[in-house]
Amino acid sequence: MAIRVGIIGAGKMGISHYAIVNAHRDASVVAVCDTSSYVLSVLRKYTGVATYGDHEEMIDRAGLDAILVATPTSTHFACAKYALERNLHLFVEKPLTLSPEQSRALSELATQRKRINQVGFHNRFIGTFQEARRLVRAGALGQVTNLHGSAFGQVVVKEQSSTWRSKKSEGGGCLHDYACHVVDLMNFVSGPPIRVGGARMQSIFSKDVEDAVYAILAYPDGMSGVLETNWSDETFRKMSTTLTAYGTKGKIVADRQELKLYLRAGCGFERYEEGWNTRYITDLQKPVSFYLRGEEYSAQIDAFVEAIQSGNMDHENSFASACEADRVLDLIVRANQADG
Amino acid sequence: MMKLDRILFGDNQFFGVNHMSEEKARQQMMKFKDTAAIIEVLDIAYDMGIRTFMCTTHDRMREVCDHIRADPTRYKAFIFHPCMPYAHKYANSVTEVGALETIKRYSAGSVVGTLLRGAVGAITRDIYDLMKLLVDGEMKSFASLNTPVILVQNVVTDLLLGMKLHGVFAEFHKYIRERYGAEAGFITMNVPALLDALEAVGIENPIVCANINKINFRMCGGLEVYERTIRERRFRPIAMSVFASGAIPPEEALDYVCRQRKIESIVFGASSRRNIEQTRDLIVKLDAKYAGAAWR
Repeated sequence: MAIRVGIIGAGKMGISHYAIVNAHRDASVVAVCDTSSYVLSVLRKYTGVATYGDHEEMIDRAGLDAILVATPTSTHFACAKYALERNLHLFVEKPLTLSPEQSRALSELATQRKRINQVGFHNRFIGTFQEARRLVRAGALGQVTNLHGSAFGQVVVKEQSSTWRSKKSEGGGCLHDYACHVVDLMNFVSGPPIRVGGARMQSIFSKDVEDAVYAILAYPDGMSGVLETNWSDETFRKMSTTLTAYGTKGKIVADRQELKLYLRAGCGFERYEEGWNTRYITDLQKPVSFYLRGEEYSAQIDAFVEAIQSGNMDHENSFASACEADRVLDLIVRANQADG
Repeated sequence: MMKLDRILFGDNQFFGVNHMSEEKARQQMMKFKDTAAIIEVLDIAYDMGIRTFMCTTHDRMREVCDHIRADPTRYKAFIFHPCMPYAHKYANSVTEVGALETIKRYSAGSVVGTLLRGAVGAITRDIYDLMKLLVDGEMKSFASLNTPVILVQNVVTDLLLGMKLHGVFAEFHKYIRERYGAEAGFITMNVPALLDALEAVGIENPIVCANINKINFRMCGGLEVYERTIRERRFRPIAMSVFASGAIPPEEALDYVCRQRKIESIVFGASSRRNIEQTRDLIVKLDAKYAGAAWR
């Protein structure tokens, strides 16, 4: 029987998830909750889905197996907690919450209730980044000395803006919107840092939030990291995330489209030769059964459904792993404050 | 039934879209900073007999349209296949100002914003009416130009497909015919599923544009299912991404597509005379090889 999914938050991400979940052979969206009566009325009229203005009511009444949360981050904790307490499986958009303590509490609750708990860090489902992680962990670069992660895009390119993304209290800002992706991706490839040495959170156009985040990270074994994100860069058509790992045997540069691996003389690895090697997403990405806007968005939902079906709690992007991202974000905030 | 041109010229190269390399995309964006550079390439293709331009309703397309409109003698045979909407425009706007404001911002002649301000709720609550307003908004740039086929971009087609809002397909198909005397087309990454949906709402023999390439890049359902679907089902396929952004050598890539005789058209983008010519010549050669069909 199809997994019955309820969506909280029918904005851009919620609607995108709606289509992907609904196209899945083993899942369907049966209820949607949002604060916009306009969006709810349109959905109800044309899809026949049950709609709610209150998430607790939806969770109590809609007969759901799983909840997908795509609301402003400040509301994630309350939605997720309520759903877990009613034993629903849970997919929450990134970042998990705005506080490491809340994220940890949710992670513990999910483990205790044995519910699948996944966060929408979709970069982990991109073939180029998966290969970068595999190569780093297999030692293709020798000892990794530095990891550089960046993300650029044009979310805020002028002064006015009036959505939750422009309000710090709701979880807006480049740190929780952009930098969190990069932090998680760096964690994915190398494991989390132990310290944040210094950080700057800078406003460019926004009044209440930062538009750029820069940080220096310290890892075990002396590895260092640099994080650089700016969502006010209109030279990028859409969000562009790049990861560069420097090692004693070579270097990897990976983005959404391609993976470039440079190996020093005598350091050929598996199929990769000395000098530059390039592999493209066309070769590295596993196919998905439904495509909407990038394989990774479908692949993460496929993984979620599969985990629910198999009961496998050891799945990608668990709350526990997202807690590590939240912890690093918190360290960045503190480092920024300490630097004045 | 109107025949589609065998070779259609695409526009990804003009707007920094490249599925394989962000660096290449950026270089192309710089190269085509001025609309004059775009027109120069369009002229090269047009003079080679590639007269259909399949283009996104990008903001910059307005200037291209103005240029074509200004010289009807030179561009007598020029055909547009507009693909709408340019989704980033809407997505960025929804993030910035919300859904309702976005609708007001982009609907035709700001009808909603001015004349019918009081009726915004009623109009926009009927998504078929809303679709019509947005289509008219997107089509404004193409006034008096030849647009025999008007397509829905894949992100919207596939969103509607996933949400099972299949009625919109039927309404779009009907509206495009009635209002613009044109045939609707649907771009998708999910051909088999889309054909089921279109069939269910009574659209016969639809124009469907999709990735068709020998390495199974973004062909949901898989290579074999696609090949069988093209062979056996009744629709008019336009093949795009045949080179999978350069992952397949040209001749090999085109051979795979030309061999499947039911594929009606091939859309490709290129920036240089050499590449345009090479692609055209290869298609002509392969068509002759597989069917004796002449260049049309």
